[in-house]
Amino acid sequence: MPDWIIQLLITLLKGVGVALGLLTTFAYMTLIERRLLARMQIRLGPNRVGPMGLLQPLADAIKSIFKEDLTVTLADKLVYTLAPIIAIGCALTAFGGLPAGPAGSLFGADPWVYNLDAGLLALLAITSMGVYGIFLGGWASGSKYPILGGLRSSAQMISYELGMGLSVLGLLMLVGSTSFHAITNWQANSGWLIMFQLTAFVLFLISSFAETNRTPFDLPEAEQEIVAGYLTEYSAIKWALFQMAEYVNMITASAVMATLFFGGYRGPAFLEGLIPGIASWPFIWLFAKIAAFLFLFIWVRATLPRLRYDQLMRFGWKLLLPVALANTVLTAAIIAFSTGRVRVLLLVLLGVTGVALLIGFSDRMRVLWTAPTVRREDANLSPARPAGGD
Amino acid sequence: MLLIAVGIGVLAVVVSAILGPKKASRAKLMAYESGNDPEGGVGTGQRFPVHFYLVAMLFIIFDIETAFFYPLAVAYQKLIPFAFFEALAFVLLLLVGYYYILRKGVLEWA
Repeated sequence: MPDWIIQLLITLLKGVGVALGLLTTFAYMTLIERRLLARMQIRLGPNRVGPMGLLQPLADAIKSIFKEDLTVTLADKLVYTLAPIIAIGCALTAFGGLPAGPAGSLFGADPWVYNLDAGLLALLAITSMGVYGIFLGGWASGSKYPILGGLRSSAQMISYELGMGLSVLGLLMLVGSTSFHAITNWQANSGWLIMFQLTAFVLFLISSFAETNRTPFDLPEAEQEIVAGYLTEYSAIKWALFQMAEYVNMITASAVMATLFFGGYRGPAFLEGLIPGIASWPFIWLFAKIAAFLFLFIWVRATLPRLRYDQLMRFGWKLLLPVALANTVLTAAIIAFSTGRVRVLLLVLLGVTGVALLIGFSDRMRVLWTAPTVRREDANLSPARPAGGD
Repeated sequence: MLLIAVGIGVLAVVVSAILGPKKASRAKLMAYESGNDPEGGVGTGQRFPVHFYLVAMLFIIFDIETAFFYPLAVAYQKLIPFAFFEALAFVLLLLVGYYYILRKGVLEWA
């Protein structure tokens, strides 16, 4: 057999492996999420199907396959079927580009499915294709709640994508490459990027909550407000595919944050002194970091109430975007006009100040320093927007 | 990877379509409206706030801006300090536009 066929087969095998791995992780994520939420609310969570509820995801999957698949009369049949496939396709594809270990560490093969020099850009592009799935799903359902949910969702996702795209620029300036390998190697030499780009990390974290439609930004599927948003008319496996896409996006976002800011597949260097070589064991570290971030996602879900839509857009456009831009410009200035230790010190200082600003100007903090009886809107009766315009 | 991912999606839909029961009735296929006849939705002339359109337009503008920044960021270390002032001029121009939309109230969702 010629060499390229073997290569192709290996790639295919790895692709199927990653996809099945992600789907299994998704299934168990739902269980872990329910158990953890239950634990946080002092109750038990699913524990009947199998030991500790371990067969619950399987039962859910079988149920959703054997359910009747309804399509409402007004729906656009083709797009209605296509939308969940787009969503899951984009979600699964995005993960393949992330390295889970150094080259050749997967039994001689490379532990990634595809490797692009523009890895980060490709990943951002693929994940943002997911918005098509959600919006088309909402539109094709032929009913008003899905349309509202889809519109809100697409507006929210594209707004926070800007913050996400801008927040990684400072990081790219430091590393000088968009390939995940270059970013990981840079961190192995100079230390984790979260030290140098704290603000960028916080911005990226918030944006990825909004991108994956998780609380506090889960307005597209706000059950108490617009039924289930774009999911209202979906049943059986198509509904499950949308859920799957959301959870897979969450896993991908966790992996990206781990790769960009927390040293990727490499462990902390000080452990090398205890057990030599432990920091470069493949998979373990990335999995540990992903698990930590997933726990954060669930924790936040159990903690924070949902934002109102105007608060959401205000936060995205008036706080996240300017702070991201300022972070980029200041990082550029620091890189241009300082070297060595001074540069590191300034970057750390910038990170701390940026996070302080972000928290200080958020809606929830602003409540503290405006007097509770007089709201700013009431006190200022002159119209906020100038005459004319729209 | 894309092929595999899409393949899994198609497979799931097809398998479910084969295995699931098919007993649709008129009431079952009605859109959700708490049991009433549905109103609003595609093709009924329902109107939506123009805000969504504006946000999409702004996204296009600012996303193109981000696209300009990426190559600059990657090659930044080789181009300083000249690139810094170039980029600063670009950012300032953008900020003028940003200030305009801010004052115009495009970002108000009252």
